[in-house]
Amino acid sequence: MMTNPNKMVTQGQFSFLPPLTDAQITAQIKYALGKGWALSVEYTDDPHPRNTYWEMFGAPMFDLKDPAGILMEINNCRKTFPNHYIRVMAFSSVRGVESPTMSYIVNRPKNEPGFGLVRQETAGRNIRYTIHSYATDKPEGERY
Amino acid sequence: MTKPDKIDIQALLNESHINEVLDKLDQDLVGLVPVKQRIREIAAYLLITKARLQLGIEAAKPSLHMCFTGNPGTGKTTVALKMADILHRLGYIRQNHVVSVTRDDLVGQYIGHTAPKTKEVIKKAMGGVLFIDEAYYLYKPENERDYGQESIEILLQTMENHRDDLVVILAGYQDRMGTFFKSNPGMSSRIAHHIDFPDYDENELLEITKLMADSMHYNLDKPAFNAMKDYIEKRKLQPHFANARSIRNALDRARLRQANRLFNDAIKHKKDTTADDLSLITEADIRASRVFDGGLDAKKV
Repeated sequence: MMTNPNKMVTQGQFSFLPPLTDAQITAQIKYALGKGWALSVEYTDDPHPRNTYWEMFGAPMFDLKDPAGILMEINNCRKTFPNHYIRVMAFSSVRGVESPTMSYIVNRPKNEPGFGLVRQETAGRNIRYTIHSYATDKPEGERY
Repeated sequence: MTKPDKIDIQALLNESHINEVLDKLDQDLVGLVPVKQRIREIAAYLLITKARLQLGIEAAKPSLHMCFTGNPGTGKTTVALKMADILHRLGYIRQNHVVSVTRDDLVGQYIGHTAPKTKEVIKKAMGGVLFIDEAYYLYKPENERDYGQESIEILLQTMENHRDDLVVILAGYQDRMGTFFKSNPGMSSRIAHHIDFPDYDENELLEITKLMADSMHYNLDKPAFNAMKDYIEKRKLQPHFANARSIRNALDRARLRQANRLFNDAIKHKKDTTADDLSLITEADIRASRVFDGGLDAKKV
């Protein structure tokens, strides 16, 4: 299947790799903290690549020094939303950057149906293409 | 893989560099002999436990939560910082940081406010030491709907579940901490080390005066020292005496008076000011304290 390789949505960092273990996540968080970035945990059940604004799970965590606190929050989020996409974001507040610097998925639904391609025929035999997630046919919260 | 049956304690001690911390503790802190003794004991215990862990004799890390009791100004916070240093050097905590909080930082103002607030603080302290000053304020027996209890329960949970990530140090007056533990037996049983900080005697306070003045680059001449001795004797009998903190405040006020005196000498009397003048605190600077005419209460009458 070309549209859904490995049955895994690929977006953000490390998404072509097997799911990260907690030790690997901790190492990534440590790297981000070392750079002075603030980390936050976000979740969604709409995997469309253009869905950039995910729900925040708690406020972004500023002033943390150790990865354990963030891992604790990730695990809380996993417990609350076991079948959602959960990602960890790192935000750099350096003047002139002021934007996310890292983003990677740390939790996925058990079954990811992937995307379908919708073709719309318009004037002059033109075709418009739309990427449509099968999961979003159902209402929010019942998708996975 | 076979485990080694020997371990070099000396090498372990050298690589952790805790002797430096302990020596510095001895130098920087006046008196507090029983406290220093206890900290040496704890450091030795931690070192041996580390050796046992390496040889596979011991499986679990020891409980490290502590309680410091003592009157105000006896060095509880200072020792907590040193303790974090020791724990860090021995590898029991990952970060050499102390997050110092009081009731205000942990307990919320309305229902549902406490848990996120406490968790926030715990997240910040993760990997290091959480120092809770005046910990007995968390529990208010006279108000059964007080949110402090909720905070205590969350703390207990983390102290148990995140033993590898967080060391909690509680601090407070001895009698009040006693009542606190009596009403929270769960807390008491999770704390392995209770350290009591004795009050300083007069000679120790005088020595502290010297150390503090040195660190601020001031000198006290002989009569000033004698004045300080009288001051300490009198101040000890007055209310709100806070050991080393009172000495710090007394010195700060003496510096204020000294600055005022130098300023007047230079402007009104056109005297030259030398470098020695700038760092000298005289008897008059100390004798001018209101402690000598009966303290706070006497002034109001």
